[in-house]
Amino acid sequence: MVAAALAEAITHQAAGAALDIEQVSHAFDLDGAELPVLSDVSISVEPGEFVALLGPSGCGKSTLLRLVAGLDKPKAGRLREDEQRIRNPHPSRVVVFQDPTLFPWRSVWDNVALGLEAQGVLKSQRHRVDAALDLVGLSSFRNAYPHQLSGGMAQRVALARALVNDPKILILDEPLGKLDSLTRITMQAELVSLWQRKGFTTLLVTHDAEEALVLANRVIVFSERPARVKADIRVDRPYPRHRGDPYLADLRRQILGLLGLDATW
Amino acid sequence: MSTYSLSDGLASGTPRTSRAPLLATWLRESGVGVLASIAWIAFGLSCLWWEDVGDWSRTHSLGIAAFVIAAVALFGTVGADYLGSAGQALHKRAPWLVALGAFLTVWEVATAKLAWLPLPFFPPPQAIIEVYTDDLPKLLDSVFASVKLQLGGYLIGATVGFLTGVSIGWSRAVGYWVHPVLRFIGPLPATAWLPIAFFTFPSSWSASTFLIALATGFPVTVLTWSGVASVSNAYYDVARTLGAKPSFLVLKVAIPAALPHVFVGLFMGLGSSFAVLVVAEMIGVKAGLGWYLQWAQGWAAYANMYAALIVMSLLCSGAITLLFSIRDRLLVWQKGTVKW
Repeated sequence: MVAAALAEAITHQAAGAALDIEQVSHAFDLDGAELPVLSDVSISVEPGEFVALLGPSGCGKSTLLRLVAGLDKPKAGRLREDEQRIRNPHPSRVVVFQDPTLFPWRSVWDNVALGLEAQGVLKSQRHRVDAALDLVGLSSFRNAYPHQLSGGMAQRVALARALVNDPKILILDEPLGKLDSLTRITMQAELVSLWQRKGFTTLLVTHDAEEALVLANRVIVFSERPARVKADIRVDRPYPRHRGDPYLADLRRQILGLLGLDATW
Repeated sequence: MSTYSLSDGLASGTPRTSRAPLLATWLRESGVGVLASIAWIAFGLSCLWWEDVGDWSRTHSLGIAAFVIAAVALFGTVGADYLGSAGQALHKRAPWLVALGAFLTVWEVATAKLAWLPLPFFPPPQAIIEVYTDDLPKLLDSVFASVKLQLGGYLIGATVGFLTGVSIGWSRAVGYWVHPVLRFIGPLPATAWLPIAFFTFPSSWSASTFLIALATGFPVTVLTWSGVASVSNAYYDVARTLGAKPSFLVLKVAIPAALPHVFVGLFMGLGSSFAVLVVAEMIGVKAGLGWYLQWAQGWAAYANMYAALIVMSLLCSGAITLLFSIRDRLLVWQKGTVKW
């Protein structure tokens, strides 16, 4: 029993990667003027942690995710995945965006296969695509085209497309933001169980304090743009968590206070 | 108890009211088919009833053919239940058969019988049939020449246009050099090059191929380019995080995403290349349907002109149908594409 738990703990260690964000600053060029979006952000994420990034709309959370993914380069500072500098995108860090951005010309199966195909290993690893589709419960939709899917199903396919690569860091950019509230709650539970099973490090951007508290074991609150780390809150509650948990409600009040919304609570 | 009396009443009423509705339904279902048959009988009679005002050899055969079509329409309508999909197809086209039969009757009477329309500018249907039976070899040669010229020019133009469009859309450096040239030369109607092309190229055939390719290439280039340029960055981001190399981004992201635009370009290119084809054949090439038209006009053979026009229209329409069915096959993932 203990051995099994230990073994699981070890596989968790192996599956997720550590992420170090060191004094990262970033700015956009807007018509010649420089618009600072991130100001001296330092975050150190343990392997297998589920970290939620919470902040006001437009504060630069998504920009930070793009830096972690390697899609953009920071103006200052360093990002490291397991001590390796992040310079370019790599399939070990996969992003699920707010829009599913499935390729409309590919069937569900072909969309999920995208990563393996791009890396040139699809021929020998077709079973991984089937497994990923199984994981999100969409095996029977393998031949459907994206326009035939509901919003929740499309986002599940996007999740499968990310998970098929066995990422060490899963980057979620408000992936549930556009779903209806019922689908949202279902998919939150699915995300937690996937994370528990697979053990990848998860970075979730959200503007929903409740979602952050139900999912993450660490919530980082950002300030207005340019984003700075305002608070780093540990959420030590077992899963599955209940929305009505008074401990979480208390944390939520604190967080909304930090975001300047305590009057509305 | 009340439901019983209601159904009893219905049952007793059925035999009395059923005969008239039966006839009405039959007329509604088969009336148009019968009408189509009548229209073609009328056409057949119009061929055979009066003497021709001119000397045409196919009048009698045409009349017989009209009766055959009338018979097929009638038996097809009456026996629709036994013919399956063929019967349904006939049923669907019956209104057109009526219109066609009526039109041919009026045409026959107005030209060959009463000469309301001046001859020889308006030949009767049998004169055009005569062209198809008696001048077939020359017509087929022309069709073959036209298709060969068109196909070669179109394929070259489409390929070059597609590759150019992808390059401009993808590479800033290529865009810098090619875009101004495209803006300068592209909008020029390809036919404006005719005089130059015919004396700079070694043969009129190569000159025409070049012009058709030019007419095709411009719209294909512009639309491929705009298709590649309008691909959402989100697709590239997704592919890059999944480990895609630049070649994958071009071949598996940019090009498939741009394909709907490319097909609009191919469609427009097809239209303008037809125009160039006909003009080139009329002016320089000594073969093809354009040349046939020109030749027929020289001999005042108006029936040959109409016959060639009909063939030309079938070919152009067939080419567009082919293009659209290729598109439908490649773009099954699109919702609500236009059915040609």
